[in-house]
Amino acid sequence: MATTADTFQAHTEDHGHHDADHKPAFFARWFMSTNHKDIGTLYLIFAICAGIIGGFISGIMRMELAAPGIQYLGYWVSLMGGEASFDANLHMWNVLITAHGLIMVFFMVMPAMIGGFGNWFVPLMIGAPDMAFPRMNNISFWLTVAGFSSLMFSTFVPGGTGLGAGIGWTAYAPLSTSGSSGPAVDFAIFSLHLAGAASIMGAINFITTIFNMRAPGMTLHKMPLFVWSVLVTAFLLLLALPVLAAAITMLLTDRNFGTTFFDPAGGGDPVLYQHLFWFFGHPEVYIMILPGFGMVSQIVATFSKKPVFGYLGMAYAMVAIGVVGFVVWAHHMYTTGLDVNTKMYFTAATMVIAVPTGVKIFSWIATMWGGSIEFKSPLVWAMGFIFLFTVGGVTGVVLANGGVDDVLHDTYYVVAHFHYVLSMGAVFSLFAGFYYWFPKMSGKMHSEFLAHLHFWVFFIGVNVIFFPQHFLGMDGMPRRIPDYPEAFAYFNQVSSYGYMIMAASMAIFFVNLAYAFIAGKKAGDNPWGEGATTLEWTLSSPPPYHQFETLPVIEDHHDYHDHRQVTT
Amino acid sequence: MNFGTWPQRALTLVTTLSAAALLALAPQAVSAQNATAPLPPAASAPVLEQTEVASADAAAVDAAPVEGTYKPLGTDMIKGQPTDKGITFQEQYTDDGEFALWMHDAILLPVITVISLFVLGLLLWVVVRFNRRSNKVASKTTHNTFIEVIWTVIPVLILVVIAVPSITLLARQYESPPADAITIKATGYQWYWGYTYPDNGGFEIISNMLSDEEAIANGEPKMLAVNNRMVVPANTPIRLQTTGADVIHAFAVPSLWFKLDAVPGRLNERLLTIKEPGIYYGQCSELCGARHGYMPIAVEALPRAQWEAWVREQGGTVAGDAVEETAAPAAAAPAATDEVAAEAAVS
Repeated sequence: MATTADTFQAHTEDHGHHDADHKPAFFARWFMSTNHKDIGTLYLIFAICAGIIGGFISGIMRMELAAPGIQYLGYWVSLMGGEASFDANLHMWNVLITAHGLIMVFFMVMPAMIGGFGNWFVPLMIGAPDMAFPRMNNISFWLTVAGFSSLMFSTFVPGGTGLGAGIGWTAYAPLSTSGSSGPAVDFAIFSLHLAGAASIMGAINFITTIFNMRAPGMTLHKMPLFVWSVLVTAFLLLLALPVLAAAITMLLTDRNFGTTFFDPAGGGDPVLYQHLFWFFGHPEVYIMILPGFGMVSQIVATFSKKPVFGYLGMAYAMVAIGVVGFVVWAHHMYTTGLDVNTKMYFTAATMVIAVPTGVKIFSWIATMWGGSIEFKSPLVWAMGFIFLFTVGGVTGVVLANGGVDDVLHDTYYVVAHFHYVLSMGAVFSLFAGFYYWFPKMSGKMHSEFLAHLHFWVFFIGVNVIFFPQHFLGMDGMPRRIPDYPEAFAYFNQVSSYGYMIMAASMAIFFVNLAYAFIAGKKAGDNPWGEGATTLEWTLSSPPPYHQFETLPVIEDHHDYHDHRQVTT
Repeated sequence: MNFGTWPQRALTLVTTLSAAALLALAPQAVSAQNATAPLPPAASAPVLEQTEVASADAAAVDAAPVEGTYKPLGTDMIKGQPTDKGITFQEQYTDDGEFALWMHDAILLPVITVISLFVLGLLLWVVVRFNRRSNKVASKTTHNTFIEVIWTVIPVLILVVIAVPSITLLARQYESPPADAITIKATGYQWYWGYTYPDNGGFEIISNMLSDEEAIANGEPKMLAVNNRMVVPANTPIRLQTTGADVIHAFAVPSLWFKLDAVPGRLNERLLTIKEPGIYYGQCSELCGARHGYMPIAVEALPRAQWEAWVREQGGTVAGDAVEETAAPAAAAPAATDEVAAEAAVS
């Protein structure tokens, strides 16, 4: 087990006196990388780039929705090389919502959470020298890049009414089959195939690493909760993504090879696609949030200078969320004509998820309770996460009721709900993790002032964007429309102002990043003090190119992870 | 197989005596659903004696238009439309909608508000009380079984409180339409709606959105006004069916608490009883291609007699008067209805 991962060429001549900090040259290091930290860095850079594109697209959408009428879509059609016409403009809208959803889910949140922080910190936290399969790690990353390229390419080829795939991120048949001629949808599907394959390989890698490469003495029940979260996430990926792959392969054959899986004319059923998609899609939302749970647990414990409250409950709450997450998928399909018993079952099952989620929320607060808390930027973001995720969670309880969902389904209430859990839940945890680990990853300190400022402006911005969308949804505004009746104008305008605030906060983030690299103070091994007890803080900042060549031993009463015991 | 039966039964036991009687009388799930109706105050008798009640109602409601003629409702009768700067649901015009709205406003909204504020309050208290200056030495507590049990059990209880009305609401929404319900089929096309009246001769009304100028000229809201509304009888049970002709659409009217996908190859069906005459707007609610935002729904509910006049104007027939002239279709109609009901029951 656990020998040092070989880097290119290095091992052939260097066997005798291996230098932990010997780095390959630029191209070999960044384009043929097998080092988990470099691949993690690549994933983070990739996710930031994808996030900028996805965020820019949401800006285009908020601009269009700021006032009733179609204002700017024609401009974007011409910019993308199409011919503006009424239908082409409207199609452009659908391309934008599709691209925004797919980019944010598959190419921003997932790569950042799992590819970025997972790759960087799972081996460090379990005391492993690298991931189990370093080369598979590399191909996972580059397949993600290829998938993103395929998605970008799809926007330049015909997709039916105009250029690009305008099918929504859910790609419901028959709109995605007979409803969209041209190659754009095929490229979008191919993009998901590539991203899915990348994620499956990543999942295999994480599961193998966590099960086989923990340092001596680190039992599963001593693993940091972030590692637990990635382990559960990896199982969700492994079980859910093949179903997506099957579903979109059937879309592909329905489109191109005359099969009729989802075409009633040949005995198929469009609703079958939705069952398959959401069997993947619901675990997917937990895939996006669970690593965030893990990060928040680490951060809350660190800055409270206390071990996590109810460690085992926290770990198994995530397992429970993962398991139950697989049997609630049809709550996304309440209006498709499910029978009454099915709807009652899914209503009840969905509400059950609120229980382990509640355990987590209260355990985080209990971790802080009695602590001696330092409100550094990562903790502020984590506390923002706890509150906003609660708000997103409780609107989820409203939507879980099949009978209530009859009026809220596919309205802006749903948009508000899933942005509270994702663009506030997942993204707040991403920024929390970023500020928490940035000093470790880069060896430089960011500006705490700018990080706090970023938090407050971002917090105000996203709330101004998304809170009024609850009102729009309750008043009946459907999702995915580029224009709306006059009655919805006011809150749409408010929401669009919110976007500007949010965009300004992102400028602060990038200024902070630039500041850290140019003028940031050097970060010590452990910039966060006595509360930061996991193994990554025992290493230098940034850690050596290869770490733990001598495996650390986790003793029974050692501080590191034994959250179950009261250490003195 | 009947997952829903046990909560329904538990519910009836807990709530009303009449429902307890039901357990003895009606073993079938279908009638069980009907009998759970008396729960909330509003839901007196959803299954109406169709003709008498409807015509009595027609006489009561319409003072202005002469009974038996069709006159499109004016803009003063617009009831279901989004409220400018509205922050809550539209007013409801069905019993189920009123019940669902009550459930949201009386149970869900207070519960989620209290939970959110509770979490916020705890966080703020933590900030005030347990910051580094106020609390210099961190406690080492990592466990308290009692509190962990509490914060597991109380959410479970809250969810049970929510689940009871939620399951009731579902049971009510799935009541089977009575045999004499009027069948109307809404077909989603890219990008307009077609409304077919199979019980009344099978004619189809094609409904397209009006342009902004036309809508303004009519005094109707932009993006919601249509050239031909879906005209239905008020206070009469409607067996509303939806299907899609090309891709999936969704027939949605917020003020009737109604949303049902229109799926190609499927016939979805739901009972709809609109309480009073009026115009109720909605929009397609499933992404269906380029003009997804431009296929609104306008339901015009009329007193029964006026609706019958409208049907005749469209060249259709009404159950009573069709006997001598078109014996064949009239005879065929109930059979077709049964078939549809059977199909719905199967699905």
